[in-house]
Amino acid sequence: MATIVEPTIFELSAPGRRGVTMPASDVPETALPPQDLLRSELPLPELAEVDVVRHYMRLSKFNYNVDAGFYPLGSCTMKYNPKINEDTCRLPGFLYTHPLQPIETVQGNLVLMYEMQEWLKEISGFAGVTLQPAAGAQGEFSGVLMMRAYHKMRGDEKRIKMLIPDAAHGTNPASVGMLGMSVVTIPSDERGNVDLKALSAACDDTVVGMMLTNPNTLGMFDEHVEKVIELVHGCGGLMYGDGANLNALLGIVRPGDLGFDVMHFNLHKTFSVPHGGGGPGCGPVGVGPKLVDFLPAPLVGIIEEESEDVPPLYGFVTPKHSIGRMKAFHGHFGGGLVRAYTYIAMHGPDGLKDIAQYAVLNANYLQARLRDTYHIPFDRICMHEFVMEGQFEGSPIRALDISKRLMDYNFHPPTNYFPLIVHEALMIEPTETENKDTLDRFVEALIKIAEEAKTQPELLQNAPNDTLFGRMDEVKAARELVLCCWLPEDYEKIK
Amino acid sequence: MNTPTNLKYAQSDEWFDPANGAVGITDYAQNQLSDIVFVEILVEEGDSIEAGKPIASIESVKASSEIYAPASGKVSAVNKALADKPETLNSDPFGAGWMIKIEGSASDSLIDSTAYEAHCASRNH
Repeated sequence: MATIVEPTIFELSAPGRRGVTMPASDVPETALPPQDLLRSELPLPELAEVDVVRHYMRLSKFNYNVDAGFYPLGSCTMKYNPKINEDTCRLPGFLYTHPLQPIETVQGNLVLMYEMQEWLKEISGFAGVTLQPAAGAQGEFSGVLMMRAYHKMRGDEKRIKMLIPDAAHGTNPASVGMLGMSVVTIPSDERGNVDLKALSAACDDTVVGMMLTNPNTLGMFDEHVEKVIELVHGCGGLMYGDGANLNALLGIVRPGDLGFDVMHFNLHKTFSVPHGGGGPGCGPVGVGPKLVDFLPAPLVGIIEEESEDVPPLYGFVTPKHSIGRMKAFHGHFGGGLVRAYTYIAMHGPDGLKDIAQYAVLNANYLQARLRDTYHIPFDRICMHEFVMEGQFEGSPIRALDISKRLMDYNFHPPTNYFPLIVHEALMIEPTETENKDTLDRFVEALIKIAEEAKTQPELLQNAPNDTLFGRMDEVKAARELVLCCWLPEDYEKIK
Repeated sequence: MNTPTNLKYAQSDEWFDPANGAVGITDYAQNQLSDIVFVEILVEEGDSIEAGKPIASIESVKASSEIYAPASGKVSAVNKALADKPETLNSDPFGAGWMIKIEGSASDSLIDSTAYEAHCASRNH
């Protein structure tokens, strides 16, 4: 049982302490609303400002984050978030605008959104982009809605099946399930590609399309991606690209050029918007010519061309067969789009290509150095991430034990137990931002842990040993879904 | 790994007892899933079921998984105690961890314990 090292803010409370002093009222008194509309009490903690600041400062030091250390959480692209993004997204013109302002008063914001649409089109090779979806999963949902609308418009209504590889992110079948379609799982072959034979057998005139992550969650670029797309198109289906792993492709391969019909971007992965508790996601969707008329509305467009001395007027446009609005207003503007725009602008085309190349190089460096110590079931040149097994012949050690032990070495654990097709999976994505020294320290820790697994397995099974809290009871956390802390009256009882 | 010889096995890691129609998940399956935290049996007593169709959904701290019927026929009993004690699937998968009983015929694709052990070994790497 861990010791509580920081009281809650309620425990720090003492009657009468204040953080602010209310000024004398300068408006006439009015009666309160009827008693039954009022809460009988509102138990807020009472503290001075300095106590609040110190409490949260102490809590923040307990946190492990990408500003504190290496964070190789596979498929999450936990890259460093450049601090210039924080300056731009707080510029008053971005920060203090309202989505219902007349368009003439927010032309700067609209230009940024318009350029963002254009840039994402250029990066991905698509014909149109919506910035609306709130996160990757909603982007997927928007994309699948457009695929359905496309088939429906053509009177092709018997298409109900979505083909999804067994290495896919869980959000893919979830998005499809939300629309009442059925999922057909396509196995991977021994090189981690889509099994072409199984795919051929599944392709018929009831297929809506296929959702493919490329590179996939094994970090493998599908060696037959063009054949996969040809087969899906051949039976009248559409090709969805899960853009979660776009970081590996920037400036090198454009999914639109490969033949994908639709793909979501994760601005919070590829384009450095903070995530994982650091901010909301941001899931724009790009589409090819077949789906461009179905994009969610509104998009940002030029509604009056420029004339002599007068710049163009930017405003909102609605595609001909739009599936409608996916979100109130225009997506995560300040927190998401402005940061991602800044990131793209700061890097430029060559810088974006560097990102992909360094991300791939770093992952391959780690894979090459760990290959002799850990079993890598799909062992070939990887893209931005790779998956190894966290188990050893004749040892009780599991992936979870290795991850927990890594915390003692001050590293964030990699993704555990995903993808499901690898036993005791450890999925490692270093990202482009890490230097060789960091990668070497990480490798050395993992090699040392593999040694410890043989000589002192209990060191791993009890890990983490050197963190503020020890091994959490994950079974209890999953079974007893009580997230709430104690109620204020409970604190009264223990005082 | 425990693999009783009197049972028949599905490649998807369910066992079937031809003597009494009981169905559950194998020791290999519970070990792979690790700590099981949630079980939902999707069929009720009296339902007609078809081999290969989902009969239950299981969640562990690692993953969630569907359980498929290894036999076709009528559901004659459901182990209701599992909902409150899903950990029984870890501690006693072939005994108290039985999930349902089926009156009917086993799927032709079921294999014996030797073949099942070979199937598990082939998946370990």
